[in-house]
Amino acid sequence: MNAFDTLLFGYYPYVCMTVFFLGSLLRFDRDQYTWKSDSSQLLRAGTLRWGSNLFHIGVLFLFFGHFTGLLTPHFVYEHFVSAPDKQMGAMIGGGIFGTLGFIGLTMLLHRRLTDPRIRATSRSSDILILVLLWLQLVLGLVTIPLSAQHLDGSLMMNLAEWAQHIVTFRSGATEQLAGAGWIFKTHLFLGMTLFLVFPFTRLVHIWSGFATLTYLIRPYQLVRSRRLNLPVAHNLPRHSDAGV
Amino acid sequence: MSHFLDRLNYFSQPREAFSDGHGVTTGEDRAWEDAYRDRWAHDKTVRSTHGVNCTGSCSWKIYVKGGIVTWETQQTDYPRTRWDMPNHEPRGCSRGASYSWYLYSANRVKYPLVRGRLLKSWRAARVALQPVEAWASIVENDDKRREYQQVRGLGGFVRSSWDEVNEMVAAANVYTIKKHGPDRIIGFSPIPAMSMVSYAAGSRYLSLIGGVCMSFYDWYCDLPPASPQIWGEQTDVPESADWYNSSFIIAWGSNVPQTRTPDAHFFTEVRYKGTKTVAVTPDYSEVAKLSDIWLHPKQGTDAAVAMAMGHVILKEFYFPDGGGERSAYFDDYVRRYTDMPMLVMLKKHTLPGGEVITVPDRYLRASDLDGSMGQVNNPEWKTLAVDQAGEVVLPNGAIGFRWGPEGRADQGKWNLEAKEAHHGEEVKLKLSLLEGEDPDTETARVGFPYFGGIVTEHFSNNVQKNAADDVLVRTVPVRRLMLGKAGEAVEALVATVFDLQVANYGVARGLKGELAAKNFDDDTPYTPAWQERITGTPRDQVITVARQFAENAHKTQGKSMVIIGAAMNHWYHSDMNYRGVINMLMMCGCIGKSGGGWAHYVGQEKLRPQTGWTALAFALDWIRPPRQMNSTSFYYAHTDQWRYEKLGMEEIVSPLADKKLYGGSMIDYNVRAERMGWLPSAPQLQTNPLQVVRDAQAAGVDPKDHAVSALKSGALKMSCTDPDHPSNWPRNLFVWRSNLLGSSGKGHEYFLKHLLGTSNGVQGKDMGKEEARPKEVVWHEKAPEGKLDLLVTLDFRMSTTCLYSDIVLPTATWYEKNDLNTSDMHPFIHPLSTAVDPAWQSKSDWDIYKGFAKKFSEVCVGHLGVERELVLTPLMHDSPSELAQPFEVKDWKRGECELIPGKTAPNMAVVERDYPNVYKRFTALGPLMGKVGNGGKGIAWNTQTEVKQLGELSGLVTAEGATRGMPKIETDIDAAEVVLMLAPETNGHVAVKAWQALGKQTGRDHTHLAVHREDEKIRFRDIQAQPRKIISSPTWSGIESETVSYNAGYTNVHEMIPWRTLTGRQQFYMDHPWMVAFGEGFTSYRPPVNLRTTAGIQGTKPNGNPEIALNFITPHQKWGIHSTYTDNLLLLTLSRGGPCVWMSEDDARSVGIVDNDWIELFNINGAIAARAVVSQRVNPGMVMMYHAQEKIVNTPGSEITGQRGGIHNSVTRAVLKPTHMIGGYAQFSYGFNYYGTIGTNRDEFVVVRKMNKVDWLDTPVSGQPAAAAHA
Repeated sequence: MNAFDTLLFGYYPYVCMTVFFLGSLLRFDRDQYTWKSDSSQLLRAGTLRWGSNLFHIGVLFLFFGHFTGLLTPHFVYEHFVSAPDKQMGAMIGGGIFGTLGFIGLTMLLHRRLTDPRIRATSRSSDILILVLLWLQLVLGLVTIPLSAQHLDGSLMMNLAEWAQHIVTFRSGATEQLAGAGWIFKTHLFLGMTLFLVFPFTRLVHIWSGFATLTYLIRPYQLVRSRRLNLPVAHNLPRHSDAGV
Repeated sequence: MSHFLDRLNYFSQPREAFSDGHGVTTGEDRAWEDAYRDRWAHDKTVRSTHGVNCTGSCSWKIYVKGGIVTWETQQTDYPRTRWDMPNHEPRGCSRGASYSWYLYSANRVKYPLVRGRLLKSWRAARVALQPVEAWASIVENDDKRREYQQVRGLGGFVRSSWDEVNEMVAAANVYTIKKHGPDRIIGFSPIPAMSMVSYAAGSRYLSLIGGVCMSFYDWYCDLPPASPQIWGEQTDVPESADWYNSSFIIAWGSNVPQTRTPDAHFFTEVRYKGTKTVAVTPDYSEVAKLSDIWLHPKQGTDAAVAMAMGHVILKEFYFPDGGGERSAYFDDYVRRYTDMPMLVMLKKHTLPGGEVITVPDRYLRASDLDGSMGQVNNPEWKTLAVDQAGEVVLPNGAIGFRWGPEGRADQGKWNLEAKEAHHGEEVKLKLSLLEGEDPDTETARVGFPYFGGIVTEHFSNNVQKNAADDVLVRTVPVRRLMLGKAGEAVEALVATVFDLQVANYGVARGLKGELAAKNFDDDTPYTPAWQERITGTPRDQVITVARQFAENAHKTQGKSMVIIGAAMNHWYHSDMNYRGVINMLMMCGCIGKSGGGWAHYVGQEKLRPQTGWTALAFALDWIRPPRQMNSTSFYYAHTDQWRYEKLGMEEIVSPLADKKLYGGSMIDYNVRAERMGWLPSAPQLQTNPLQVVRDAQAAGVDPKDHAVSALKSGALKMSCTDPDHPSNWPRNLFVWRSNLLGSSGKGHEYFLKHLLGTSNGVQGKDMGKEEARPKEVVWHEKAPEGKLDLLVTLDFRMSTTCLYSDIVLPTATWYEKNDLNTSDMHPFIHPLSTAVDPAWQSKSDWDIYKGFAKKFSEVCVGHLGVERELVLTPLMHDSPSELAQPFEVKDWKRGECELIPGKTAPNMAVVERDYPNVYKRFTALGPLMGKVGNGGKGIAWNTQTEVKQLGELSGLVTAEGATRGMPKIETDIDAAEVVLMLAPETNGHVAVKAWQALGKQTGRDHTHLAVHREDEKIRFRDIQAQPRKIISSPTWSGIESETVSYNAGYTNVHEMIPWRTLTGRQQFYMDHPWMVAFGEGFTSYRPPVNLRTTAGIQGTKPNGNPEIALNFITPHQKWGIHSTYTDNLLLLTLSRGGPCVWMSEDDARSVGIVDNDWIELFNINGAIAARAVVSQRVNPGMVMMYHAQEKIVNTPGSEITGQRGGIHNSVTRAVLKPTHMIGGYAQFSYGFNYYGTIGTNRDEFVVVRKMNKVDWLDTPVSGQPAAAAHA
């Protein structure tokens, strides 16, 4: 392993995660009015309806797929699912949903670049994010035929090992990637970069997206009161001696 | 502390469940709300207002944050109204609320701009030459002059500096005064009431240098000539709160909720009291939905409806069938307050068939009788009536009593007391000669002109039973009198106006052998059945509305009201529309009665402190008289629209008139009117007026005598006789507070062609000498193009006018200057205030003109010093000159009489202008206010106290020179204080003095109207704190009081002050020879005139799409009118985003147009490209283009002209009416914005078709300027 790999896959992940968490935290605290998805649906619905839905269906599956696939320790599932089976599942599921996401994202990117109203109101970060995601999706899809050449699941296990080493702060993470080709490495790098740019872009809405799950359990009406958080004395009757 | 940490505290947050756990109250952080609080936080609010030409005068809070105006909201702190009235608030509309957008919009003019080609020539010339010589070198070189003239309107501005533009303007003015005369410098600015000081800035500068201020009210066609004709009043109307006192309101051509938005609440509120409302509009307008009945006569035929309603009122309330009683209230009212009892002479007339009848001539005058009823003073101007005993009597109040030397025998008899002036006894006049069964009474067959049978191409419903019958012969009770000196007496027939009026309306009254309508279903003029065929309005509706209108007035003593709008006034024969309606009001005793009367809220905007303001605005403190001009005649002549005139005078003259005497072309009448002193002139004389005085001095004669003899000999010519001669061209034009070329300029394309000399869309050729037949005007084979040397526009936005100007100057917006604002809609005076300093390099109008004055005073040295010049003024209304020629019209030029200035010709005055001291004079209150005093409307008072107090308030000039020791007028606030101090409406002491002055004329004490407010003095800071209610003043005919709302004519009725008419009463009859000759002695229905603008072009320039000719109607628009412009992006977003034209579904279908199509409207005047709005709202036969839609946003090129689509006035051309030119005859006397020709535009037709090719003309203009201009 050379120093470059160490930098990219040994240190860079921590840079990205630090920026991701700290950045999100700071932005959430300091700049709440920028915490939004910046939807452009008001300006032009059109292709957004298909594009956005396809993309989100695809990308949500891919996100959870990667999340569980990479971070679930092997021993948890090895009794039920073998590594080759897992790889096959990932290839089929990722292939289907990756394709859905790809179609959706291509529509969104096309719309963002060619619709004059959308283009004029886009920040460069909006375009950058779409381009990054599109490249990442393409790379991800390209790995499928590569993986099909060795269906033993070993490379996938190595990738998971790498991820688990990283999140558990163990040394030797980089070494796990010795057998990965440049496409996989680029895919990893771009994936980490998405975390890096996350706090500075509209991607922050993903946090809120997960937070919407609380809707499942919240009461119908929530009222924020001034009264409830005041010191106790403030809520006592003003003239307790009145009428005495 | 932290949003994130708060989330971590989630479980320790206090929370209370409610509604069985369906809701929860938490103590979560609420700091997010501060963002909204900050959004609406601001550093200060300032009271100001806004308005393009709005009568709203609404009080607004202007919010300023970080030095930037952020938004505005309505103020809600007006002084309370009476306890029994709803309050005024909130005042203000959404159009006005969008105004702050302009301050920082891309449309803002930020720097002084000059047309590039002109600036290049100027800078080149200035290298070697002094300013005046430099200007001369440009304009005296035709190539250089045409070079920049021909690209007017095509862009090409470059940035300049204030120093440079001031020098250019000053040099151009000095050069023009020296070379051509000061009256070649013209200034156009409308509606002073909107921002009085800004108006006064320009008019003060112009008046000091001798330039001409142009009128607007008549030009905008907002002036209803019927008002001065009937009442001698420009326009006086009830405040909107008085609607609430009414119990029957007709909104006739007035779209109250749309155009009077802040006042409309009174209209809806009064309906909760049970008031009935009726809308009369040809389209389904917004007001229709607020009304109980909607009448929709065919556009342009309203007078027929009004005549029929008048017929119903006269029949049912004056001559009820079955011996019913006449309304005692109506009877008493018309007897005392109208000319109905006055006697009119009848003269013989032979009909073409040979029958001899009589026709109404003029009022009988005291001078007609032997001994002149004992009158020495003005017996020719005193009208007569008959008392109950049948004696001819001389009632008080005729205009002859108004004027005369101090201490005359008839002084103090100019009032409406029911007294005989000769012996002072009480008198009850006879309305009808039949009253009291006078044994001498006989009847005569009297003829009245009838125009309802005139059939034109587009108004073809005007057929009557006998189409050749253009004279109505009716039966009228008459009486024989012996007139003239004893011994030479001749017998004459007379009748009362009442008897004639009843006959004219065709009302049956049971005379023997009577010629009149049998009943309402009898199809004869002017019955409900007759109007049904012309207007399409069911007779039952007309009868119902007329009956209820009158019944309400009868029961409430006059609380029936008509709110009337410009839609009625913009027709060529607007006078008939208005007089028809006003007749109804007068016959029902509604004028001068709270809750009743005539409410015309169109473009006038009551300039409440008028008499204080005129002193400042026209520099009356330094030089009198000022030069003022009626714009309609001016533009008609100087944009050469007269060369294209197709309407012949023989088409509009009365069938009873001698057509040989009334031929000729329209402009001939105007020339005669100027020559006889009826109308003003500008320029005035073909010779420089400075030179006229020099010539006289050289000859050693008085300049006036010199001018009189030279005019008679022909050595001196009036400019009006040759408007195309280069000596008579207007040379410099200032436009400020106005969008002359984007909005009000009727005949827009003619302006471009002849006045500006640039690319234009005129389609027709001029008439040529043979067909145009001008008798009084010199015809040039080729009409001049590019009369103006310099067009300077002051504006805060890049308007269409700016685009055509040579110099564009950035002016302060309405939130960046101090000024005064008043309205006729409410009685408060209101400020404009500097919420922020003028942005970029803009300056207030006051400072801009002050800058011109300063530079002028420097640049003129060596060219102009203290100069004397001759100023001509017409025979002015409310001055003794209004008693000029009592009987026939005599023209000195035709040798019919002597040339007597002020009698048969314009007044002449020699004035002195101190040119190097123009700046000093501009900034100080001159000596004439102290020496001569102040006044207005024919009364005058001493004003020395106010001058002294102004000096103490604003400070005295301390600098050495011509103005040392005089009160300063340095800033716009100083200027506002001059107005407020001098005006009776804002200074109680002055009000009392003014009422005293009027009391001298009427012989009655009126001071009780103001004495309770004598010590009040309203200052500028007072009105910034809160709008203030003004003080009652004799300038106006209503009063400010705790018991009644302001209502026009109130003091005439309740204080017995005569109307300013010949008879002193409201007049149904107009006896001037021209009024009679043009068939308007009495009211009738006159169909729209045929302007022949589609003939000759329809079908000649095909694009393959079908064409249709439709009436071109230009109402007020929803998205812009009054309080903003049509380039306002906020409102464009709410509407169609650019020019649009409404048309009916039927018409659209017939030529294959669907909604939002690009269509073109064109005729021989020019063309318009716009989008179609196809709507059920519009009746077939007309298109409606909201007026003042400019060609600066979203306007493509026209297929017809190849020019950019045009403004609404691209298809119009002004036409004049001779009756509006009458002068020197009591109420028919010229007054600035008061009487004169009006710019009508409703009779116009256009060809409408779908466009094939939408060309945005967005490629650069190529080649030489000449190529661009002729492309």
